Amino acid sequence: MKKISYERYIDLWGWFFSLFSIIGLGLFLFYPIIYSLYLSTFSTKGVVQEFVGIGNYIRLFKDNTFILSLKNILIILIIQVPIMLILALILAVILNDKKIKFRGLFRTAIFLPAVTSLVAYTVLFKMMFSTDGLINQALLSMHLIKEPIPWLMDPFWAKVTLIFALTWRWTGYNMIFYLAGLQNISYEIYEAAEIDGANKVVQFFKITIPMLKPIIVFTSIMSTIGTLQLFDEPINLAAGVVTGSSVGPGDSLLTPSVYIYNICFKYMPNFGYAAAISYIIVIIVAILSFIQFKLAGENE
Amino acid sequence: MKKDTKIKNLIVYIFLIIMSIVSVFPFFWMIVGMTNKSVDIIKGKLTFGNALIENFNNLFSNYEVGRIIINSFKISLTIVIGSLLISSMAAYGFEFYPSKIREKIYAILLATMMIPFAALMVPLFRLMVAFNLLDSHWGVILPMLPSVFLIFFFRQSFKLYPKEIIMAARVDGASELRIFLSIVFPSMKSTYAAAAIYSFMTSWNSYLWPLIVLQSDEQKTMTLLVSTLSSGYNPDFGVIMTTVVLATLPMIIVFFGLQKYFVQGILGSVKQ
Repeated sequence: MKKISYERYIDLWGWFFSLFSIIGLGLFLFYPIIYSLYLSTFSTKGVVQEFVGIGNYIRLFKDNTFILSLKNILIILIIQVPIMLILALILAVILNDKKIKFRGLFRTAIFLPAVTSLVAYTVLFKMMFSTDGLINQALLSMHLIKEPIPWLMDPFWAKVTLIFALTWRWTGYNMIFYLAGLQNISYEIYEAAEIDGANKVVQFFKITIPMLKPIIVFTSIMSTIGTLQLFDEPINLAAGVVTGSSVGPGDSLLTPSVYIYNICFKYMPNFGYAAAISYIIVIIVAILSFIQFKLAGENE
Repeated sequence: MKKDTKIKNLIVYIFLIIMSIVSVFPFFWMIVGMTNKSVDIIKGKLTFGNALIENFNNLFSNYEVGRIIINSFKISLTIVIGSLLISSMAAYGFEFYPSKIREKIYAILLATMMIPFAALMVPLFRLMVAFNLLDSHWGVILPMLPSVFLIFFFRQSFKLYPKEIIMAARVDGASELRIFLSIVFPSMKSTYAAAAIYSFMTSWNSYLWPLIVLQSDEQKTMTLLVSTLSSGYNPDFGVIMTTVVLATLPMIIVFFGLQKYFVQGILGSVKQ
């Protein structure tokens, strides 16, 4: 019997511990990634499969529905993510201040939305923002508006509603990350700045933002990825509101993920085309993440 | 100057109070809604009514809610236990048994976090067809067991764990598995609790994948039920509110039960 060396013994244990995950991820992550790249070169209709090379990708540029879904999601991304992250950052800075009373209570209240199920809160928002719903009633009774706003019946307002909903759900979630990051910045730095005569605004831009940079990059990339694969919210906000096959009024809530789902499971399935769309999303995510890293000047 | 800070303080508190009300209001509304009739909810009634039992009756007599709740728990708990176990083991392997190949695998894993689920959906669906797991709970569970995010999360925490303790345990003759199970595992409670919250929430919440895999009514989960109820033509808002409360309650309980550890866990992973 050959005796194995200690290094070999340790290495085997390393494999033992990581193997279950590696097998699982190989099967349910790597295989799908590669397979869908392969699949994206075929046009599939049911069981009929035809090789089209980059044909699916060329077709995408002429597909108005796809372009619309991309536009929808980019509008939401550009408006919602900055609003949410700035709000979360402001809240975190305020709630990190030891002089603020009831900090724990405020933190819990603002974090609470992050504990709801995506589908459940969306359904709640759909009810609140229906034309004869609670929000319009409140605005009417306060005489802020003269007639009800068609929140979910108008393409513009439907997007506004979605932005409200997303901001409600995710601001507190991001705030927790900033709070955790702020606790790593020692209080003395602020005290020193105070003595040097720097006011709160200067402190915010000169100390807080630079120190939190890695976490800001992390949250913005996570939010970008989350927004680009938005599915639960748009599909449930739109469900039943506008009859027919459009997702929200004039397809204003159609996102690429919803479109992929529709192509696979609602229309005549064309898995190859759906796979091509998903790869475009991957490329967009990669580009946007890269830009965010560069903007932050992260060199690791 | 004193007056100035007082006004500033006032603005800060007003801002915090408004944000808190906006955050909490939908919870208040859904609890009130659970006790009101559909017509009263539409009218915008914000006080408690007496239709709670009626709403529960309508819900439980028209849908197999008991079974659906059990389905949700069965799926979520299996995923929590399974994914915590295999993800923490993987992170342990990556962190405490350094090797060039495993480090490369880890780097590739991190890169895949950017890949949206939509890109995996089609092949995963076909895989489930091939495995004959369509419309089964294992079809939902299996792809959600390995989680790159959890591996990353555990590894960040393991980085803070003193390696000397492991060395000492080895000198004392403890086996590798025993070191993991009876030395490292018990001392990482807050990390496991935070991971459990994360895992429970993602699995209890999951919608798209169960929507694809689960087709028959008896396999459905709470999120699917909520979605179905609200997209009908003549929705009963009282029943919807009741379901929304039932779908949200477990997450609130889990969160508040483990909240203390959750923040510690996040702190552990943010500190580097």
